[in-house]
Amino acid sequence: MEVKGPVPQVPAPVWGDIKDLQEWEKYHQIRPEGDQSSNTLAALADAIHHMPGGWILVTSTEKIFNWARSSSIWPVTFGLACCAIEMMATFASRFDVERFGMVPWASPRHSDLMIVSGTVTIKMAPMLKRIYDQMPDPKWVVSMGSCANSGGPFRHGYHVVKGVDRVVPVDVYVPGCPPTPDSLMYGLLRLQDQVAEFQKSGRKPPPAPED
Amino acid sequence: MNPTDAVSLLREKFGVEPVVEGAIVNVTLPPDRWREAAAAAKSELGCRYFNWLSAVDWKTDGLDVLCRVENLDRGLVVFLRTRLPLADLRCASLVPIYRGADWMERECFDMFGVVFDGHPDLRRILLPNDWEGHPLRKDYAIDTPHAPYR
Repeated sequence: MEVKGPVPQVPAPVWGDIKDLQEWEKYHQIRPEGDQSSNTLAALADAIHHMPGGWILVTSTEKIFNWARSSSIWPVTFGLACCAIEMMATFASRFDVERFGMVPWASPRHSDLMIVSGTVTIKMAPMLKRIYDQMPDPKWVVSMGSCANSGGPFRHGYHVVKGVDRVVPVDVYVPGCPPTPDSLMYGLLRLQDQVAEFQKSGRKPPPAPED
Repeated sequence: MNPTDAVSLLREKFGVEPVVEGAIVNVTLPPDRWREAAAAAKSELGCRYFNWLSAVDWKTDGLDVLCRVENLDRGLVVFLRTRLPLADLRCASLVPIYRGADWMERECFDMFGVVFDGHPDLRRILLPNDWEGHPLRKDYAIDTPHAPYR
Protein backbone atom coordinates (compact mmCIF):
# COMPACT_ATOMS: atom_id res chain seq x y z
CA MET A 1 0.00 0.00 0.00
CA GLU A 2 1.29 3.38 -0.95
CA VAL A 3 1.34 6.06 1.68
CA LYS A 4 1.45 9.47 0.13
CA GLY A 5 3.32 12.33 1.67
CA PRO A 6 1.78 15.72 2.26
CA VAL A 7 1.54 18.04 -0.70
CA PRO A 8 3.79 21.02 -0.04
CA GLN A 9 1.83 24.23 -0.22
CA VAL A 10 4.27 26.89 0.72
CA PRO A 11 3.44 30.35 -0.56
CA ALA A 12 6.11 33.02 -0.57
CA PRO A 13 7.25 33.76 2.98
CA VAL A 14 5.98 36.98 4.50
CA TRP A 15 9.39 37.73 5.98
CA GLY A 16 10.44 39.39 2.77
CA ASP A 17 13.34 41.41 4.10
CA ILE A 18 14.74 39.01 6.72
CA LYS A 19 17.27 36.83 4.99
CA ASP A 20 18.06 34.46 7.84
CA LEU A 21 14.42 33.62 8.40
CA GLN A 22 13.97 33.06 4.70
CA GLU A 23 16.80 30.57 4.72
CA TRP A 24 15.34 28.97 7.82
CA GLU A 25 12.00 28.61 6.04
CA LYS A 26 13.66 27.12 2.99
CA TYR A 27 15.54 24.57 5.07
CA HIS A 28 12.61 23.59 7.24
CA GLN A 29 9.77 23.46 4.75
CA ILE A 30 7.87 20.23 4.38
CA ARG A 31 9.82 17.68 2.40
CA PRO A 32 7.82 16.66 -0.69
CA GLU A 33 8.74 12.99 -0.37
CA GLY A 34 7.21 12.77 3.10
CA ASP A 35 8.54 11.15 6.23
CA GLN A 36 10.54 8.18 4.97
CA SER A 37 10.84 6.32 8.24
CA SER A 38 7.12 6.20 8.86
CA ASN A 39 6.54 5.21 5.24
CA THR A 40 8.85 2.23 5.76
CA LEU A 41 7.08 1.29 8.98
CA ALA A 42 3.73 1.53 7.26
CA ALA A 43 4.93 -0.69 4.42
CA LEU A 44 6.28 -3.21 6.93
CA ALA A 45 3.01 -3.24 8.86
CA ASP A 46 1.14 -3.69 5.61
CA ALA A 47 3.32 -6.65 4.64
CA ILE A 48 2.77 -8.33 8.01
CA HIS A 49 -0.94 -7.63 7.72
CA HIS A 50 -1.15 -9.69 4.52
CA MET A 51 0.74 -12.67 5.91
CA PRO A 52 -1.50 -15.50 7.15
CA GLY A 53 -2.60 -14.62 10.65
CA GLY A 54 -0.56 -11.46 10.54
CA TRP A 55 -3.54 -9.18 10.96
CA ILE A 56 -3.88 -10.27 14.58
CA LEU A 57 -0.40 -9.01 15.30
CA VAL A 58 -0.89 -5.79 13.35
CA THR A 59 -4.27 -4.81 14.73
CA SER A 60 -3.32 -5.56 18.31
CA THR A 61 -0.07 -3.64 17.88
CA GLU A 62 -1.99 -0.72 16.48
CA LYS A 63 -4.36 -0.85 19.40
CA ILE A 64 -1.48 -0.78 21.84
CA PHE A 65 0.13 2.10 19.97
CA ASN A 66 -3.11 4.03 19.92
CA TRP A 67 -3.70 3.37 23.58
CA ALA A 68 -0.26 4.80 24.27
CA ARG A 69 -0.85 7.75 21.98
CA SER A 70 -4.25 8.64 23.36
CA SER A 71 -3.19 8.35 26.97
CA SER A 72 -0.11 10.51 26.69
CA ILE A 73 -1.15 13.50 24.63
CA TRP A 74 1.19 16.35 25.41
CA PRO A 75 -0.24 19.73 24.49
CA VAL A 76 2.24 22.43 23.63
CA THR A 77 2.10 25.36 26.02
CA PHE A 78 0.71 27.95 23.68
CA GLY A 79 -1.85 30.53 24.72
CA LEU A 80 -3.08 33.34 22.53
CA ALA A 81 -5.81 35.21 24.38
CA CYS A 82 -8.35 34.97 27.19
CA CYS A 83 -9.12 31.33 26.33
CA ALA A 84 -5.57 30.60 27.50
CA ILE A 85 -6.65 31.46 31.05
CA GLU A 86 -9.30 28.75 30.91
CA MET A 87 -6.76 26.41 29.35
CA MET A 88 -4.39 27.07 32.26
CA ALA A 89 -7.24 26.37 34.66
CA THR A 90 -7.81 23.09 32.85
CA PHE A 91 -4.16 22.18 33.27
CA ALA A 92 -4.11 23.24 36.91
CA SER A 93 -4.90 21.08 39.88
CA ARG A 94 -8.64 21.68 40.16
CA PHE A 95 -9.51 20.16 36.78
CA ASP A 96 -6.18 18.48 36.26
CA VAL A 97 -6.01 16.96 32.80
CA GLU A 98 -2.74 15.39 33.82
CA ARG A 99 -4.76 12.42 35.04
CA PHE A 100 -5.53 11.79 31.35
CA GLY A 101 -1.81 11.89 30.62
CA MET A 102 -1.78 15.42 29.25
CA VAL A 103 1.31 17.28 30.31
CA PRO A 104 1.58 20.86 29.07
CA TRP A 105 4.98 20.82 27.46
CA ALA A 106 7.03 23.91 26.72
CA SER A 107 8.45 22.72 23.43
CA PRO A 108 6.60 22.04 20.18
CA ARG A 109 9.18 19.42 19.26
CA HIS A 110 8.03 17.08 22.01
CA SER A 111 4.32 17.78 21.74
CA ASP A 112 1.42 15.98 20.10
CA LEU A 113 -1.35 18.49 20.50
CA MET A 114 -1.74 22.19 19.87
CA ILE A 115 -4.64 23.86 21.66
CA VAL A 116 -5.29 27.06 19.72
CA SER A 117 -6.66 29.05 22.62
CA GLY A 118 -7.74 32.45 21.45
CA THR A 119 -7.92 34.92 18.62
CA VAL A 120 -5.53 34.27 15.76
CA THR A 121 -4.63 37.51 14.06
CA ILE A 122 -3.30 37.60 10.53
CA LYS A 123 0.02 38.76 11.93
CA MET A 124 0.13 35.82 14.35
CA ALA A 125 -0.92 33.15 11.83
CA PRO A 126 2.60 32.56 10.41
CA MET A 127 3.98 31.94 13.89
CA LEU A 128 1.14 29.55 14.66
CA LYS A 129 1.82 27.69 11.44
CA ARG A 130 5.50 27.54 12.28
CA ILE A 131 4.82 26.05 15.71
CA TYR A 132 2.52 23.52 14.08
CA ASP A 133 5.21 22.62 11.56
CA GLN A 134 7.76 22.14 14.32
CA MET A 135 5.62 19.51 16.03
CA PRO A 136 6.45 15.92 15.07
CA ASP A 137 3.88 13.67 13.41
CA PRO A 138 1.38 12.45 14.50
CA LYS A 139 -0.09 15.72 15.75
CA TRP A 140 -3.53 17.03 16.54
CA VAL A 141 -5.09 20.45 16.88
CA VAL A 142 -7.91 21.52 19.16
CA SER A 143 -9.52 24.81 18.23
CA MET A 144 -10.70 26.36 21.47
CA GLY A 145 -13.29 29.11 21.64
CA SER A 146 -15.31 31.11 19.15
CA CYS A 147 -12.37 33.14 17.90
CA ALA A 148 -10.30 30.15 16.92
CA ASN A 149 -13.36 28.36 15.51
CA SER A 150 -14.64 31.10 13.27
CA GLY A 151 -13.17 34.47 14.19
CA GLY A 152 -15.86 34.97 16.80
CA PRO A 153 -16.84 38.55 17.60
CA PHE A 154 -13.88 39.79 15.56
CA ARG A 155 -14.95 37.99 12.40
CA HIS A 156 -16.00 41.20 10.70
CA GLY A 157 -12.81 43.01 11.65
CA TYR A 158 -9.86 43.51 9.35
CA HIS A 159 -7.13 41.66 11.21
CA VAL A 160 -8.47 38.31 12.44
CA VAL A 161 -8.16 34.95 10.71
CA LYS A 162 -11.73 33.73 10.21
CA GLY A 163 -11.22 30.37 11.82
CA VAL A 164 -7.89 28.73 12.55
CA ASP A 165 -8.81 25.88 10.19
CA ARG A 166 -7.72 28.20 7.39
CA VAL A 167 -4.17 27.92 8.71
CA VAL A 168 -3.82 24.44 10.23
CA PRO A 169 -6.09 21.35 10.08
CA VAL A 170 -8.31 21.09 13.15
CA ASP A 171 -9.52 17.88 14.83
CA VAL A 172 -11.82 19.09 17.59
CA TYR A 173 -13.69 22.38 17.83
CA VAL A 174 -14.64 23.48 21.35
CA PRO A 175 -17.36 26.16 21.33
CA GLY A 176 -17.68 28.86 23.95
CA CYS A 177 -16.44 32.35 24.62
CA PRO A 178 -14.35 31.33 26.41
CA PRO A 179 -15.15 27.63 26.92
CA THR A 180 -15.21 26.58 30.53
CA PRO A 181 -12.56 24.10 31.66
CA ASP A 182 -15.31 21.46 31.61
CA SER A 183 -15.97 22.15 27.93
CA LEU A 184 -12.32 22.00 27.04
CA MET A 185 -11.94 18.80 29.04
CA TYR A 186 -14.87 17.30 27.15
CA GLY A 187 -13.23 18.30 23.89
CA LEU A 188 -9.96 16.72 24.98
CA LEU A 189 -11.75 13.50 25.89
CA ARG A 190 -13.39 13.46 22.45
CA LEU A 191 -9.94 13.98 21.00
CA GLN A 192 -8.72 10.96 22.94
CA ASP A 193 -11.51 8.91 21.36
CA GLN A 194 -10.38 10.16 17.98
CA VAL A 195 -6.76 9.29 18.69
CA ALA A 196 -7.80 5.80 19.76
CA GLU A 197 -9.12 5.26 16.23
CA PHE A 198 -5.96 6.63 14.68
CA GLN A 199 -4.51 4.67 11.78
CA LYS A 200 -0.99 4.49 10.39
CA SER A 201 -0.27 8.06 9.47
CA GLY A 202 -1.65 11.18 11.02
CA ARG A 203 -1.24 13.15 7.88
CA LYS A 204 -4.25 15.05 6.73
CA PRO A 205 -4.66 17.09 3.59
CA PRO A 206 -3.61 20.70 4.02
CA PRO A 207 -6.41 23.16 4.78
CA ALA A 208 -8.34 24.46 1.80
CA PRO A 209 -7.05 27.79 0.57
CA GLU A 210 -9.03 30.78 1.67
CA ASP A 211 -11.93 31.60 -0.62
CA MET B 1 -2.73 79.16 34.06
CA ASN B 2 -6.48 78.57 34.04
CA PRO B 3 -8.64 77.88 30.96
CA THR B 4 -9.54 81.55 30.52
CA ASP B 5 -5.88 82.60 30.34
CA ALA B 6 -5.17 79.75 27.97
CA VAL B 7 -8.03 80.85 25.71
CA SER B 8 -6.83 84.46 25.55
CA LEU B 9 -3.25 83.38 24.90
CA LEU B 10 -4.22 81.01 22.11
CA ARG B 11 -6.56 83.59 20.61
CA GLU B 12 -3.98 86.32 20.35
CA LYS B 13 -1.20 83.97 19.22
CA PHE B 14 -3.04 81.93 16.60
CA GLY B 15 -6.15 83.94 15.81
CA VAL B 16 -8.47 81.02 16.57
CA GLU B 17 -11.48 80.87 18.84
CA PRO B 18 -11.01 78.07 21.45
CA VAL B 19 -14.08 76.50 23.02
CA VAL B 20 -13.92 75.75 26.74
CA GLU B 21 -15.72 72.78 28.25
CA GLY B 22 -14.91 72.65 31.95
CA ALA B 23 -11.13 72.34 32.18
CA ILE B 24 -10.81 71.32 28.53
CA VAL B 25 -9.77 73.90 25.95
CA ASN B 26 -10.70 72.80 22.44
CA VAL B 27 -8.58 74.42 19.76
CA THR B 28 -9.13 73.95 16.03
CA LEU B 29 -6.09 74.94 14.02
CA PRO B 30 -5.02 75.11 10.41
CA PRO B 31 -2.54 72.27 9.65
CA ASP B 32 0.41 74.62 9.08
CA ARG B 33 0.28 75.89 12.68
CA TRP B 34 0.02 72.43 14.25
CA ARG B 35 3.52 72.09 15.62
CA GLU B 36 3.67 75.74 16.63
CA ALA B 37 0.49 75.34 18.67
CA ALA B 38 1.81 72.23 20.39
CA ALA B 39 5.04 74.05 21.21
CA ALA B 40 3.07 76.92 22.69
CA ALA B 41 0.93 74.53 24.70
CA LYS B 42 4.05 72.93 26.11
CA SER B 43 6.17 75.98 26.83
CA GLU B 44 3.59 78.64 27.63
CA LEU B 45 0.59 76.71 28.97
CA GLY B 46 2.78 74.19 30.78
CA CYS B 47 1.11 71.18 29.16
CA ARG B 48 4.03 68.83 29.63
CA TYR B 49 2.00 65.64 29.56
CA PHE B 50 1.23 64.29 26.10
CA ASN B 51 -1.86 62.14 26.53
CA TRP B 52 -2.71 60.79 23.10
CA LEU B 53 -2.89 61.49 19.39
CA SER B 54 -5.28 59.99 16.91
CA ALA B 55 -7.37 60.77 13.86
CA VAL B 56 -10.98 60.78 12.69
CA ASP B 57 -12.01 60.01 9.15
CA TRP B 58 -14.72 62.33 7.85
CA LYS B 59 -14.87 60.66 4.43
CA THR B 60 -14.90 63.31 1.67
CA ASP B 61 -14.43 66.19 4.12
CA GLY B 62 -10.94 65.06 4.98
CA LEU B 63 -9.39 63.72 8.11
CA ASP B 64 -9.09 65.24 11.57
CA VAL B 65 -5.90 64.77 13.57
CA LEU B 66 -6.52 65.16 17.29
CA CYS B 67 -4.09 65.50 20.12
CA ARG B 68 -4.66 65.88 23.84
CA VAL B 69 -1.99 67.48 26.03
CA GLU B 70 -2.38 68.25 29.71
CA ASN B 71 -0.96 70.43 32.43
CA LEU B 72 -1.19 68.00 35.32
CA ASP B 73 -0.28 70.59 37.99
CA ARG B 74 -3.14 72.92 37.08
CA GLY B 75 -5.60 70.37 35.71
CA LEU B 76 -5.62 72.16 32.36
CA VAL B 77 -6.38 70.10 29.25
CA VAL B 78 -5.67 71.39 25.75
CA PHE B 79 -7.34 69.51 22.96
CA LEU B 80 -5.74 70.28 19.61
CA ARG B 81 -7.53 69.48 16.39
CA THR B 82 -6.67 70.05 12.77
CA ARG B 83 -8.39 69.15 9.53
CA LEU B 84 -6.31 67.66 6.70
CA PRO B 85 -7.70 67.61 3.16
CA LEU B 86 -8.07 64.16 1.61
CA ALA B 87 -5.78 65.08 -1.27
CA ASP B 88 -2.84 65.84 1.01
CA LEU B 89 -2.70 63.80 4.21
CA ARG B 90 0.44 65.35 5.60
CA CYS B 91 0.81 66.79 9.05
CA ALA B 92 3.74 68.16 11.01
CA SER B 93 5.15 65.68 13.49
CA LEU B 94 5.05 66.50 17.20
CA VAL B 95 8.02 64.27 18.06
CA PRO B 96 10.48 67.22 18.28
CA ILE B 97 8.24 68.65 21.02
CA TYR B 98 6.76 65.59 22.71
CA ARG B 99 8.82 62.40 22.45
CA GLY B 100 5.77 60.43 23.52
CA ALA B 101 4.18 61.28 20.19
CA ASP B 102 6.50 58.84 18.42
CA TRP B 103 4.47 55.65 18.69
CA MET B 104 1.15 57.48 18.59
CA GLU B 105 2.05 58.98 15.24
CA ARG B 106 3.28 55.66 13.96
CA GLU B 107 -0.04 54.12 14.94
CA CYS B 108 -1.90 56.98 13.29
CA PHE B 109 0.13 56.43 10.13
CA ASP B 110 -0.52 52.69 10.35
CA MET B 111 -4.27 52.96 10.77
CA PHE B 112 -5.12 56.13 8.84
CA GLY B 113 -2.24 56.74 6.48
CA VAL B 114 -1.44 60.20 7.77
CA VAL B 115 2.15 61.06 6.92
CA PHE B 116 3.87 62.97 9.70
CA ASP B 117 6.59 65.25 8.37
CA GLY B 118 9.65 65.28 10.57
CA HIS B 119 8.96 61.97 12.28
CA PRO B 120 12.27 60.16 12.89
CA ASP B 121 11.04 56.63 12.14
CA LEU B 122 7.69 56.56 10.39
CA ARG B 123 6.78 52.94 9.66
CA ARG B 124 4.00 50.57 10.62
CA ILE B 125 3.78 49.72 14.30
CA LEU B 126 0.87 47.27 14.73
CA LEU B 127 0.24 45.68 11.37
CA PRO B 128 2.74 43.56 9.43
CA ASN B 129 5.08 45.43 7.13
CA ASP B 130 3.53 43.96 4.00
CA TRP B 131 0.00 45.05 4.86
CA GLU B 132 -1.86 46.92 2.15
CA GLY B 133 -4.08 49.86 3.01
CA HIS B 134 -4.94 51.59 6.24
CA PRO B 135 -7.75 49.71 7.98
CA LEU B 136 -9.36 52.42 10.09
CA ARG B 137 -10.08 54.54 7.05
CA LYS B 138 -13.76 54.48 6.13
CA ASP B 139 -12.96 53.53 2.54
CA TYR B 140 -11.02 50.42 3.59
CA ALA B 141 -12.83 47.29 2.42
CA ILE B 142 -12.98 44.53 5.04
CA ASP B 143 -12.23 41.86 2.44
CA THR B 144 -9.03 43.55 1.25
CA PRO B 145 -6.67 40.67 0.48
CA HIS B 146 -3.74 40.19 2.83
CA ALA B 147 -0.44 38.41 2.52
CA PRO B 148 -0.52 34.60 2.78
CA TYR B 149 -0.16 33.04 6.17
CA ARG B 150 3.43 32.01 5.64
